[in-house]
Amino acid sequence: MSKRIDVSDLNAYYGDFLAVEGVDMVIEPRTVTALIGPSGCGKSTFLRTLNRMHEVIPGAYVTGKAVMDGQDLYGPGIDPVEVRRQVGMVFQRPNPFPTMSIEDNVLAGVKLNNRRMKKADADELVEGALTAANLWNEVKDRLDRPGSSLSGGQQQRLCIARAIAVQPQVLLMDEPCSALDPISTLAIEDLISELKNDYTIVIVTHNMQQAARVSDRTGFFNIAGTGRPGHLIEMDDTTTMFSTPTVKATEDYISGRFG
Amino acid sequence: MAPAPPSERPVVRTGRVPGRLGNRVFSGISTGAGILILVILAAVAAFLLIRAIPAFQASREDFADIDFMLGRDLWGFVGPLVFGTVISSTIALLVAVPLSIGIALFISHYAPRKLAQGLGYLIDLLAAIPSVIFGLWGIQWLQPLVSPLFSWLSENLGFIPLFTDYQAPARNIMTAGLVLAIMILPIITATIREVFLQTPRLHEEASLALGATRWEMIRQAVLPFGRSGIISASMLGMGRALGETMAVLMVLSPGYLINFFLLQPGQHQSIAANIASHFPEASGLGVDVLIASGFILFLLTFGVNLVARWIINRRAEFSGAN
Ligand SMILES: Nc1ncnc2c1ncn2[C@@H]1O[C@H](COP(=O)(O)OP(=O)(O)OP(=O)(O)O)[C@@H](O)[C@H]1O
Ligand SMILES: [Mg+2]
Repeated sequence: MSKRIDVSDLNAYYGDFLAVEGVDMVIEPRTVTALIGPSGCGKSTFLRTLNRMHEVIPGAYVTGKAVMDGQDLYGPGIDPVEVRRQVGMVFQRPNPFPTMSIEDNVLAGVKLNNRRMKKADADELVEGALTAANLWNEVKDRLDRPGSSLSGGQQQRLCIARAIAVQPQVLLMDEPCSALDPISTLAIEDLISELKNDYTIVIVTHNMQQAARVSDRTGFFNIAGTGRPGHLIEMDDTTTMFSTPTVKATEDYISGRFG
Repeated sequence: MAPAPPSERPVVRTGRVPGRLGNRVFSGISTGAGILILVILAAVAAFLLIRAIPAFQASREDFADIDFMLGRDLWGFVGPLVFGTVISSTIALLVAVPLSIGIALFISHYAPRKLAQGLGYLIDLLAAIPSVIFGLWGIQWLQPLVSPLFSWLSENLGFIPLFTDYQAPARNIMTAGLVLAIMILPIITATIREVFLQTPRLHEEASLALGATRWEMIRQAVLPFGRSGIISASMLGMGRALGETMAVLMVLSPGYLINFFLLQPGQHQSIAANIASHFPEASGLGVDVLIASGFILFLLTFGVNLVARWIINRRAEFSGAN
């Protein structure tokens, strides 16, 4: 359950505004790829092109290719809905459905594909997804409580459980820890390291230590100035990126000299 | 430089602080307004109750010389009116709420922005049309239009008591209910649309990112989020339908029976329309009787609102309000 994605010459627009330009990137299966870069350089925008969530915004569109398993995600006849079932997403702010119980939140995506599900199967799936998200022990006695009754860190893990319950090929995470305390952050980082065994993970983060801790590959985005498009400046193994980057801007950013 | 000596004044100011006055004035005004509303409500209820008491205490013989009571006692008189009121409002709600949800969804989630705006204005405009106009429209336009439909219903589904024996012209409770539905449509649609527009983007995207189609997203994120808003909006509409006078008065051929023959004229009447039609020539105890029926309408509206509150609060935990 993990796929490689080949992105080539990808541009992302908001109406007339070109936000991200000319990205070529290979995302390897069963690895964690971290995207770093200063605010506004288009990391979120690029991430959302990988599951076609970008075009949900009115006027937004994408040109270029993102090939997963030989199939261009932007090819003709590809339904964005199907893409999103294969490429899951975890957002910056935890967003469990407030009108659903914890259990129903985990099953939310599954029920879209498969309305009628045996109770036993559903229970098993809920336990599996919550266990994988390291949340089972904390919530197993209150599965019928609203998702919004959990702490922020628990809610984020619930969202991860919801995303992996549909067994996607790829999991995208946009600053999944930025709304969380250090303990919850560590819990999620551990979780990411475990999930790597089964999923291809792409994570956007502002936290250099986090990128260094969890990722195998790191891509650095930058922007020449406000109103200019963001570019992928450099991408390499994380250890290389953090020790001997080839581009000066990468080194400056990683060592905290700007951004 | 030596640190400045601690000043004589305490760090936290005491006594008068600038800006307090405005604060106090504002809180005074809003508290006052709140109390005023309660007082007015209580005054209306008290007025109705006091004027209604003679009617509640009178015996059947006392009512003998009130023409419009047709020799019945108070409950025999009010009962069918309550029934007619509830039936016409229920028909109106059953028709208007699904339509409103559909229109509101179209405006909030399907229509291109320009069209949505235009439609929104149009709906608001509809709310400003006086009810006499709706009454005229109901008689002149809607009635001949639904007549063939009613005959068809009666011929083909006549075995269901609801549709038995349609008699033209269509001045029955069904037509009245349909006119009411059109009248309450704007307020319900406008309210629901506002609620739908407030669905957090975060939850809509959560749903889409799970691979929901637009309709699935609406069922998963928009409708549950808007649930209490839909109920509130329906109750607003129900309140208006319960009390609507002019349109019912003009469209409906009145009767004072309790039955479900929705397609027959001369069966039902609503409380409000009944008050309006008999008040001009009523006197003495007759006036009290009409006021008593008004009091009951007041209670009915109040009860409907209480039930709505209760339904909304029952699942407040899951509402997303926190
Ligand atoms: N919905 C939108 N409509 C128009 N422009 C947008 C929209 N979202 C983002 N942008 C613009 O696109 C550019 C890239 O934004 P993006 O959110 O991808 O940056 P980011 O790298 O994720 O920043 P951050 O680190 O602050 O999250 C910015 O110039 C931003 O103003
Ligand atoms: Mg971002």
